[in-house]
Amino acid sequence: MTALTLNNVNKSFGNVHVLKDITLEVEEGEFVVFVGPSGCGKSTLLRVIAGLEDASSGDIHIGGQQVNLVPPSKRGIAMVFQSYALYPHLSVRGNMTLALKQEKQPKSMIEERVATASRMLNLEPYLDRYPSELSGGQRQRVAIGRAIVREPKLFLFDEPLSNLDAALRMNTRIEIANLHRALDASMIYVTHDQTEAMTLADKIVVLRDGRVEQIGSPMELYNNPANQFVAGFLGSPSMNFLPEGLLQDGGQSTIGIRPEDLFLSDDGPLTAHVSHVEKLGGDTNVIAKVHDHDVTARLFGQHAIAEGQDLRLGFDPDRAYRFDPDGQRLR
Amino acid sequence: MNKARRNPFNTVAMHGALILYTLIALFPVFVILINSFKSRRAIFREPLALPNADSFSMIGYETVMKQGDFFLYFQNSMIVTVASLSFILLFGAMAAYALSEYQFKGNLIMGLYLALGIMIPIRIGTVAILEMMVATGLVNTLWALILVYTAQGLPLAVFILSEFMRQVSDDLKNAGRIDGLSEYTIFFRLVLPLVRPAMATVAVFNMIPIWNDLWFPLILAPAEETKTLTLGSQVFIGQFVTDWNAVLSALSMAILPVLILYVIFSRQLIRGITSGAVK
Repeated sequence: MTALTLNNVNKSFGNVHVLKDITLEVEEGEFVVFVGPSGCGKSTLLRVIAGLEDASSGDIHIGGQQVNLVPPSKRGIAMVFQSYALYPHLSVRGNMTLALKQEKQPKSMIEERVATASRMLNLEPYLDRYPSELSGGQRQRVAIGRAIVREPKLFLFDEPLSNLDAALRMNTRIEIANLHRALDASMIYVTHDQTEAMTLADKIVVLRDGRVEQIGSPMELYNNPANQFVAGFLGSPSMNFLPEGLLQDGGQSTIGIRPEDLFLSDDGPLTAHVSHVEKLGGDTNVIAKVHDHDVTARLFGQHAIAEGQDLRLGFDPDRAYRFDPDGQRLR
Repeated sequence: MNKARRNPFNTVAMHGALILYTLIALFPVFVILINSFKSRRAIFREPLALPNADSFSMIGYETVMKQGDFFLYFQNSMIVTVASLSFILLFGAMAAYALSEYQFKGNLIMGLYLALGIMIPIRIGTVAILEMMVATGLVNTLWALILVYTAQGLPLAVFILSEFMRQVSDDLKNAGRIDGLSEYTIFFRLVLPLVRPAMATVAVFNMIPIWNDLWFPLILAPAEETKTLTLGSQVFIGQFVTDWNAVLSALSMAILPVLILYVIFSRQLIRGITSGAVK
């Protein structure tokens, strides 16, 4: 069964057309990540799914039932917000039980679900504390716990990690992945961070300007991007784009080469003037100019390359991508 | 902590200025209090002297207690102030929430209309208000005062509160919606506690003018049983003779309830509980 089906969903705010003909499916138990630059409509799409915004047109089905006119609380969803949005006047337990109490569920069942969720998230010692007495990471776990106790058909995460510091972000990312395995629930996760998208997703939906650019598994998108935008958005450092004219006369298309596919080679086709070197220990990122075009090469291991030096770079033509002037992939 | 705060000279200067201001502000209150406990003669002989065995006298308080129904005035003032404040806060907050949270046609016009009252003093309409009160039979009732004060306080309340409500996190309200809270529950349980400091500010701003007002009680409710404290105290101020003992005693007693209300509201200004809700 599909957990979520969107059919030609459109959303406009006044004259601004924010979501354009979004059609996609989320399978039961699937972890889907919406990714895209800021302003691409990914958060709006999540809000439309949650029912916090009405779709201007199109159908939304959750668990096989059309929910266009169903209020958020009856859609069988739970949402985790970027700002946690914990109720400040309620304890952790109060935050987690509020929705179930609103649904008038039996006390024993509420207790049991809170016990399970707090055990999962290591929140047991904090159940009687208030949100103001918790650290950022703990608050985020409470927000996730509040979603878990509802046992929803669909979890919605709206950039849940962007308020956490780098170390905590990594831990929480792993926790969310474990949680997904443990709960086996369908989840939709919105982020602008492509590392989160690549590491968490079963399926990535890349959005730009309110349109779906491509849908696929992380490796599918990485290895087989449909257009220049997707190719440039996924992968870090991002793909290098060079006009074909640099390599052979008369070429009109754009060549895309991943930084890790560039290597040092004395008879390579690219002459590069090094403008910056990042030594990370494990690998070395070389940022260089090739005829006014910035190119990043990711070299494995440590290299003695200095700024101002001239290099020759080579690449395997079979691993390069070609895009037409509109950004569509040429095969 | 920044540098200016650590510098001992700055600390001394800062506290000196604050203490000086406190003394200046408290001085008239202090003079009223000490003189209310002195005999009439002592008040005029040495206005700044503390009451001593010779000059101590409760004559002012005795006059106040005997003449007129002071406790009734007190009660009237209290009822009018508390009722008006409750209405201002309740309706002001509701209007502000509607204006800041919901998109509807005429939202902006409505907001401007509600804010218009800030610019027009309500006393300009006194004659019309009096006619209306006569027509509805509300003259010489406390309701006349409560309604007028509510109308007087609403524009500023809506203006201030809607600004604050815009700052309440959307995520919090949305979390409530997803958890199945009704719009009323979201308003009363989530939004109001978060704008409590603003509510307290509005309450304090409105409380003092209402408590001290002489104009509307004199015009709309001058009857003996609806007199407010300010109006009641006027009996001691005559055109030719003023009973200063009684006036000072009445004023001293009038300070007390305002002080209590102020303490209640200013405690609400403490933001402690609201921090940690979002981010």
